[in-house]
Amino acid sequence: MTVDTAPDPSADQPPDPSAGPSADPLVIGGTELGSRLLLGTGGMRSPESLAEALQASGTELATVAVRRVDPTTRHSLVDLLEGLGIRILPNTAGCMTAAEAVLTARLAREAFATDWVKLEVIGDERTLLPDPVELLDAAEQLVDDGFTVLPYCGDDPVVARRLEQVGCAAVMPLGAPIGSGLGIRNPHNIELIVEQAGVPVVLDAGVGTASDACVAMELGCSAVLVASAVTRAEDPRLMAAAMRDAVRAGRAARRAGRITRRFVAEASSPTEGLVGR
Amino acid sequence: MSADPVVLTVNGERWEAAGGSTVATLVDAWCPSPRGVAVAVDGAVVPRSAWDVTALVPGATVELVSAAAGG
Repeated sequence: MTVDTAPDPSADQPPDPSAGPSADPLVIGGTELGSRLLLGTGGMRSPESLAEALQASGTELATVAVRRVDPTTRHSLVDLLEGLGIRILPNTAGCMTAAEAVLTARLAREAFATDWVKLEVIGDERTLLPDPVELLDAAEQLVDDGFTVLPYCGDDPVVARRLEQVGCAAVMPLGAPIGSGLGIRNPHNIELIVEQAGVPVVLDAGVGTASDACVAMELGCSAVLVASAVTRAEDPRLMAAAMRDAVRAGRAARRAGRITRRFVAEASSPTEGLVGR
Repeated sequence: MSADPVVLTVNGERWEAAGGSTVATLVDAWCPSPRGVAVAVDGAVVPRSAWDVTALVPGATVELVSAAAGG
């Protein structure tokens, strides 16, 4: 007679194949990051709500804009991020020329003691789409000046290749315009960029909800940068957690190797041994 | 050393600084903390190490920046 015993709670559990950032780190410019979700800090209702969302996301890298000092502000974003152990990625958000972006990047390097920069140079204020001409010019100047440049670009594989050729540490194509929440408008182009890239591809802009982030990772992106989808969600903390899970799920699915798409069916049940046949 | 006030533009506003002021004194007047702050004078970044020894010149255009939520 066997006696059932309760399972030993200290017995080894099988490792969670979708976890383990240390087993699958994101490496940008020689630096390892344990999270493939990057967060933007813009659009949040309050510093408290931002702190909660950042923590829930598990992010290790967050973007900040560079703006004129407000003498009346009591609150320090730098202190908030450093307190959470999150690296700062300054963004040249709002710049429209290479000269503006280069000056802004240099100010950011001085202010935050980092030579990492998200390089954003926009072509017009309505669409906030990147200006590839000014962007390439600024990228080249900043790479020459010793920056680790992460350029925000359109989903054009030709521009992405040129950015890599001038020495950018990653390329960050948009899924859709900033803040639009439209998801990935041209998944084919994102796949083309991923296929040719020798540096990490970070899907940046246009993510609206968790599935968009998941799809980005399934297409082969190395990471996703999300801002508005979290900061402007009804419940930013909960959305940040959803994004964390979505990025992990998409990454695991990519590494798992999906089935090919078939025009017709392929039975998953045996076709022999059918009763009465 | 001149004691006349120095008139310059700081963050787009007209600003009068005491004669003999430096970038460091300007940062002190404008910023709750010098942490996370950078300064450009006439379009060129002034490194933190030079704040104390960079005098404010009449007619200069100064930008004092720090991190803002965004990006």
